[in-house]
Amino acid sequence: MEFETVIGLEVHVELRTRTKIFCSCAVEFGAASNSRVCPVCLGSPGVLPVLNEEALKLGIRAALALSCEVRRSSKFDRKNYFYPDSPKAYQISQYDEPIGERGCVVIAGTSAPRSIGITRIHLEEDAGKLTHSPFGDASLVDLNRVGIPLIEIVSEPDLRTPDEARQYLEEIKSILQYCGVSDCRMEEGSLRCDANISLRPVGQATLGTKTELKNMNSFRNVVRGLEYEQERQRAVLMAGGAIVQQTLRFDEATGTTIVMRSKEDAHDYRYFPDPDLPRIELTQAYLDARRAEIPELPAQMRARFEQAYGLPTYDALVLTSTQRLARFFDVAASQAVDPKAVSNWLMGDVLGYLKEMGEDIDAQPMRPEQLAGLLRLIDDGTISTKIAKTVLRDMMTSGQDASAIIEQQGLVQISDEAALREIAERVIAANPKSVEDWRAGKEKALGSLVGQMMKETKGKANPQLVNRLIVDMLRD
Amino acid sequence: MTSELNLAGRLGERVEGHFVHLTTDDVVHVAALARLHVTSEETESLVLELSRILDYARDLQELDLTGVPATSQIGITTTVVRADERRPSLTAAEAVANAPDEDEGMFRVPAVLEG
Repeated sequence: MEFETVIGLEVHVELRTRTKIFCSCAVEFGAASNSRVCPVCLGSPGVLPVLNEEALKLGIRAALALSCEVRRSSKFDRKNYFYPDSPKAYQISQYDEPIGERGCVVIAGTSAPRSIGITRIHLEEDAGKLTHSPFGDASLVDLNRVGIPLIEIVSEPDLRTPDEARQYLEEIKSILQYCGVSDCRMEEGSLRCDANISLRPVGQATLGTKTELKNMNSFRNVVRGLEYEQERQRAVLMAGGAIVQQTLRFDEATGTTIVMRSKEDAHDYRYFPDPDLPRIELTQAYLDARRAEIPELPAQMRARFEQAYGLPTYDALVLTSTQRLARFFDVAASQAVDPKAVSNWLMGDVLGYLKEMGEDIDAQPMRPEQLAGLLRLIDDGTISTKIAKTVLRDMMTSGQDASAIIEQQGLVQISDEAALREIAERVIAANPKSVEDWRAGKEKALGSLVGQMMKETKGKANPQLVNRLIVDMLRD
Repeated sequence: MTSELNLAGRLGERVEGHFVHLTTDDVVHVAALARLHVTSEETESLVLELSRILDYARDLQELDLTGVPATSQIGITTTVVRADERRPSLTAAEAVANAPDEDEGMFRVPAVLEG
């Protein structure tokens, strides 16, 4: 029997605010345990939470960027549960009136682009962090994360392969980073992902029994976890067994999934409206202002790069992977004769060197205008492509213009035919063996002579000119 | 104080104009859950105070609210927000000061393990 995989994702994203969602404690990654807490987030009696305006704005911006309808009127609810990561014994969340609903994102898909539905986006607070004593006799609680503003983004069960799940996550991450909503750093926990996965016979409309996967701490592990679970469920179903609805933890070391607990039903949380937080009522003008904050999004930028600069789809995808890189390309390409050449340099040497340095494009001093300048100097024959690679590295560490570096280091390409002819004569005279080989029909011998020329000129000789000169002279 | 009231066994009776809705044992139990230390005098006065609150709730329950939509708000304000500005937090030592057990600035609780 053929099975179809059905995947839905729940993504938690930390909003980029300076303070927590309901109190004025700083949001800082890596602060000492319990040093960013106050009576409000500790849940002391008599305190009153007050909504952080920036968290509301970012949540709405995210909802709009993900094509959601935003509720003009919504509220916060208490999700009650007993666990030491929650000092109030409830999490402030949104239950039946989420801030955003019915959105979508478009992914490349397996064979054709697909629109993945977003069921809802709601605002909520994060919970604390537990570490467990190695002796198993106690758990230690750090409440710094309690009250950190989050949005939860729930997708429709529209994803069909683990790779589509990865594409969806990449797109969400990219959109939210472009909008300044979140850093989306999975390694710091500012983007977290849970997945629901089930299988059903191809052609069946109803969904199969699902399992929920937690603890996948990288996009790669999301794919690994889903692939493992997909195969596990397939094997169970093929053997005539039934899938048990349960929560599983992905174990990175073994690449397998481990049972965590049986699924709690929604009513176990006894949701009810939080009486401490007044309703949120928004005007159309307020929503319009949030919409105006959304910059050109990655999908729009990709399309524009393909159309305006004639880039291949792959180039557009790589260059829009971060907004900073996309903006760098945009400025450089607009000032260059050949945008594809800018793309090649960025995707090749620039990204390669950045990777070596472990830096972001904005962390190095070269400006896009300067890269365009370097390319012009290649075009007009001032320097060779080979020399340009050296100059580029210098630009990316010193921030100087290409022309200044070329002048200081005397790197101007030698295109003076008389000067090159003189050196060629010397090289030919000193290498009779190569000359003989070439005349005997060994094409490779030419390379050796050109190489000698480049050595003599420290790589500055115009390579096309050198080639032509030597061939001419050998023929004479 | 009202120590001479001797409320034990007077559940449902009218005392000082209010019905007694809970026992001293109930108050002792709730106090223990909330980690509050209450004296026996305080327990008796709390029985009366909590009874008054329950009286109020009972009065509300008697209202005919047919056609009135449910609300969790008294509705005088909406969209109350604050600026995203930092204020000092407690120190870790202050944060765990009232905890029954702590370990180097962390709350220490009975082991909870999953998986």
